[in-house]
Formats: sequence, C-alpha cells, structure tokens
Amino acid sequence: MRAPKTLRTLAFRIVLVYVAIFAASAVALVAFTYWNTKRALDAETDQTIEAEIAGLSEQYQRLGIAGLTDVIIGRSMRGSLGLYLLTDAQKRPIAGNLDTWPQAKPREENFIEFDFERRAGGGIERHRARGKTFALTGGFQLLVARDVDERYKTQRLFTTTLPWTVILMLALGLGGGALMSRNLLARLDSINRISREIMAGDLTRRLPLTRDGDEFDTLAENLNRMLERTERLMKGMRTVTDSIAHDLRTPLNRLRNRLEGVLNHLGGENVEAREIEAAVGETDTLIGTFNALLLIAEAEAGVGREAMAPVDLPVVVEGISELYGPVAEEKGVSLEVAPSGTARIEGNGSLISQALANLVDNAIKYTPAGGLVRIAVQNTSAGIALSVADNGPGIPSGDHARVLERFVRLEASRNSPGTGLGLSLVAAVARLHDAKLELSDNMPGLKATLLFAGRMSRRPALAS
Amino acid sequence: MRILVVEDDLEAQRYLVNGLREAGHVVDDASDGEIGLTLALSRPYDSMIIDRMLPKLDGLKLVEEIREQSNTTPVLFLSALSEVDDRVKGLKAGGDDYLTKPYAFVELLARLDALMRRRHPAAVKTRLQVGDLELDLLTRSAKRGETSIDLQPREFRLLEYLMRHASQVVTRTMLLESVWEYHFDPQTNVIDVHISRLRAKIDRGYEAPLLHTVRGAGYMIRARA
Repeated sequence: MRAPKTLRTLAFRIVLVYVAIFAASAVALVAFTYWNTKRALDAETDQTIEAEIAGLSEQYQRLGIAGLTDVIIGRSMRGSLGLYLLTDAQKRPIAGNLDTWPQAKPREENFIEFDFERRAGGGIERHRARGKTFALTGGFQLLVARDVDERYKTQRLFTTTLPWTVILMLALGLGGGALMSRNLLARLDSINRISREIMAGDLTRRLPLTRDGDEFDTLAENLNRMLERTERLMKGMRTVTDSIAHDLRTPLNRLRNRLEGVLNHLGGENVEAREIEAAVGETDTLIGTFNALLLIAEAEAGVGREAMAPVDLPVVVEGISELYGPVAEEKGVSLEVAPSGTARIEGNGSLISQALANLVDNAIKYTPAGGLVRIAVQNTSAGIALSVADNGPGIPSGDHARVLERFVRLEASRNSPGTGLGLSLVAAVARLHDAKLELSDNMPGLKATLLFAGRMSRRPALAS
Repeated sequence: MRILVVEDDLEAQRYLVNGLREAGHVVDDASDGEIGLTLALSRPYDSMIIDRMLPKLDGLKLVEEIREQSNTTPVLFLSALSEVDDRVKGLKAGGDDYLTKPYAFVELLARLDALMRRRHPAAVKTRLQVGDLELDLLTRSAKRGETSIDLQPREFRLLEYLMRHASQVVTRTMLLESVWEYHFDPQTNVIDVHISRLRAKIDRGYEAPLLHTVRGAGYMIRARA
C-alpha cells in the first residue's frame, strides 16, 4: 500500500524534518534549563543543611548531648520546612520531628533523599525530603533535612507533561505540514496537468498565473516563456517545410505536366513516348523520395502531434495485414498475425499505419518464397510492443543502427527498388510517439519492434 | 461540365485549363483568391479546382466564404504544402477532395469526375450492374450471369467502388483512399495485386472482360460498348 499523495510530497517531508528538529531542540533546551535549575536549587538546599549541621555540631561541642537535644527540640517545634532527628548509636530516636531513621542509602557526602509522613490538618501526607547525616562523637547520629516536596511535585509534573507536549507539537506540525503540502500540491497538480496536455501536442496552452507573484508564478512565467519559444520554433519549422515543399513541388508539377503534355501529343507506341514515360516515372520517384524526406523531417519536428488520438494497435495491424496479405501470398510468403487483445496508445493512426506498412513491406521484400512474416502486438512490462519478424536473410547485427539512418541501404540490396527511407520513416514515427525502434536477430531473420512506453490512452478509442 | 480553376501558377493554370477543355469541360480561370471568390459566387459551376496558397485571399478562406454563402459546389483542393495534416485542414474548411502537387492529370480528372458524379446521385441503389455482373448491396452478394461469385469483404468493397464509378477511370490512390482509407503511398504496388485477384474472380473464363487496366492511370470497370 502506498502512502496518500499528500504525505509523499516534498513539502510534507520538509515540514516533517523541521518539526523533528524543532521538537528535538525544544526538548533539549527545556531539559537543560530544568537540569540547571534543579542543580542550583539542590545546591541551595544543601548549603542550608551544611550550615545547620555545622551550627548544631558546634552546639554539641559546647553544650554536650543535653544542650543539643534542647536546641533540636526547640527547632523542631518551629514547624517550618526543617526536619531533625537525633539518635543514639543504635539509631533510637532521642529528639527531633522525625519518628524513624530513614532507610534510604546515603549518596554523595552522606546526603540522602527519602519520603516521610507529615501530619497536616487532619491526615497524613507523604512528603519528599533531602538531608544529610552526621556522626557526632560518642556514637550519636544526627540527621538534618528539609522538606523539598513542593519542588519534587513540580519536577514530577514537568517530567509527565513533557512527552505530551512533544506529541502535541509533532501532531500540530504534521497537520500543518499536510495542509501546506495540499496547497502546494494543488498548484503543482495544475502545472503538471497542463504540462502533460502541452506535451500531448497542444502547444498553445499556457500555465495559469495567480496574483500572488510567488515562486510558483515565477516558475510558471519562465515555463510560459519557454513554451512561447518552442511554439515559435515549431511554427518556424512548419513554415520552412511548407515553403520548401511549395518551392520544390511547383517546378516538379510543371515538369510532370510538360512531360505528360508531350506524351499526349506523341501518342501511340514509339521510342520517344517510351522515353518520356520513363522520365515521368523518374519524376514520380523523385517526388516519392522528396515526400518521404519531408514526412520524416515533419515527424521529427513533431508536426503530427496535433493529430494524436487513441489508436487501437490490433486494428491497425489487421488493416495492414489485410492490405499486404495478397502481396505476400503472391510471393509465396506466409503473413501471420499473432492474436492479441486490445492495446491502445495515444498516437497518429495514419503515421503508425504507414510505419507498419513500411516494416511489413520490407519484411515481405526480403523474405524468400516459403518464408514467414509475423506481426504481433504484445503488452510487455516495458510497454506495448508492435513487432514485425521475418525469417529472411536478416541484417548483420553490426548494421542494425546504421540501417536506421537516412538513405542507408545495405550493399546486398542496392538493386531492389525503394528509396531507402522506409526504416528512417519508421524511426521518425517512433520518435514522434516517444517509442523505441529496435532491430534484433530473429534467428534467422530480422525482427523490428516498435516499443510504445506504457503511455496508455486516457480516452476510449473511437469505434472504427 | 462547367469548372472554375483558381490557380496562381500561370503555367500550371494554362496546362490545367487546356487539359480540362480537351476533356470536354467549359472552364473559367482566376489567378487570385478575390477574383476566384467573385466568380465562384456569381456563376453556377459543377465543380471548382482551388489552389491552397493564393495571393490576396487564401484558398482555405476562399472555400470557407463560399460555404458560408450555402454554396455546395464540389471543391477539389490542390496543394503544394506538406501533407501531414493539411489534408484535414482542407477538408474541414469545406473542400471535398484534396490532391497534392505534383499530380498526374489523369488522377485529377478521375477525382473530378467522381466528385461531380457524387453531386448528382441517382436514387439510392441497392443493386449495381455492369454488363452481366451484378452486385446486391443488401445481401452483399455478387454474381455474373447465373454464377455466384464468392467475395471477401474487402473485395466486395473494392468491386462496389469500381462499379459505382463504372465507365470512369479510378486511380490506385483513389482506391487506396476510398476502399482502404489510407492516405499514403505504399512502396509496393499492393493495389495491383488486389485488382488481379478480383479480376481472377469476376473475369476468368469469360469471353468479355469487364475490369480493364487503363495504362498510366488506373482501372475501369465497363461492359463492352
């Protein structure tokens, strides 16, 4: 299962990292302050206790155990935060406001922390105290402590609330992040959607601008400027091919007209008429080559993109195999179509038909009688593959790339008719559709594959 | 038939006009879009041949304006522009057919004939007949004399097209465009093979062949005169 789209955005991830860093530093800061304050307060308590012990031991030295007992009784009566307990060597209480010697183990420098019961109002409360034990000469033990319960409670409160604070902080951060990503996503989605439409051929579309003038608007403005340039270049390309076409076709038209005129004039069967007829044939070859070159140039410039529509490849295959079936049969070559389901792509149906016709034409031309030509459409993991395979002589694998270049025809086939542009046109049509044209060894023979990347049609194909 | 030719290449225009007159048509000519429009709207024509690129008023605009005046005269576009989607633009603007320069005159003549005949269709036919060859469009069956002929669907469409244009030259390109709906030029002459198969089915063993090859042009189906 994939996380919802909002959670996978860059904005959300950035927010997440910020929230984590913020939470960590906030916790560190609070913990440091807490630890420092606690240390200062402890030190203050300890100093008071030390001073008192010093005073009491001085009293003991001066007045003996009886005097000390009096002083302790006196101090215990005051009912302040001070806690006292004087015992004999066996820890039996002699004087003080604590009933028993605490069990807690002394920590550094005889300091201990312990809980005791304090009578307050009607009942008994357990309070926390911090104190120091001191051994007097003669085996007497003295404990001086202070009630630190207020501070202890604050501390407890602090340690229990801190995790909740962090959780709340993270939750708010994540919520805010998700909200922010959603807003960013909405903007990005519109940019992405329109970019796809533009890539599909609508070069006149522009990205929308808001009144905010923020980074997205700057991005959209730049992209729009780039699109304007591309559109201008495409139009320029059209104008160039159109004017080349016009400038060459007009004289070719006149040439053909004149030759036809002469032919009509001559009439009947004679040497001149045959020569003129051959000249008309040459003109037609010239026109054919020129048209193929123009078509290749246009396909490479992406001119056919405006006419993109859903194309069902098996339908295209059926049409072309039906067109070429008799030609193959006449040559003694079997033309087979591998069964397939529907396989729709977004494309220019006419150009794909023409490309497939060229591949099939080549395959039949180069396969000897008794051979097999097989057309297949397959849904593969890499996309939809349209392939034409034959078991003719094939092409040496080193020449696979070379035959896709314009005008290249391999030595062995120099004398069969054709312009040598057939495969180049297929390659140009492939590029127009972001498809890959691959030639491979069919063992024996040649296999040409047009691999359309998994860009399935978004609209249903028109019924044909 | 009365035909208007709007073409700015004067040599091509002269050739076109001469050819059409020789073929027995009455021809008016114009060398720019504005004159063409005036003529097109002021006189009745059976068809018009209009170049795509014309001075003063572009061929596409010219046809759009004619169509806005509810004039339905068939229009054949001539174009020296590149092909990929200009054909579509031409047909959208209201043209009925589209021919790319350079063209063979017989091709132009054959298409013009087809256009003008389409304009005056006889009552809806359910049977086509040429000599003793009969095509039943409802049952999709064919027979010559009393012998029924077994035809593949595409062969049927091919024969139907030829018979609808009986006694008319039909070029290979016209067949490829109308019967197969392809607008490109296959490297091998595939149409000839389809025709020779059809010929074997309808003409083999009969004394008088019906399907004729017109040299340098295309094919024609016709009973012996």
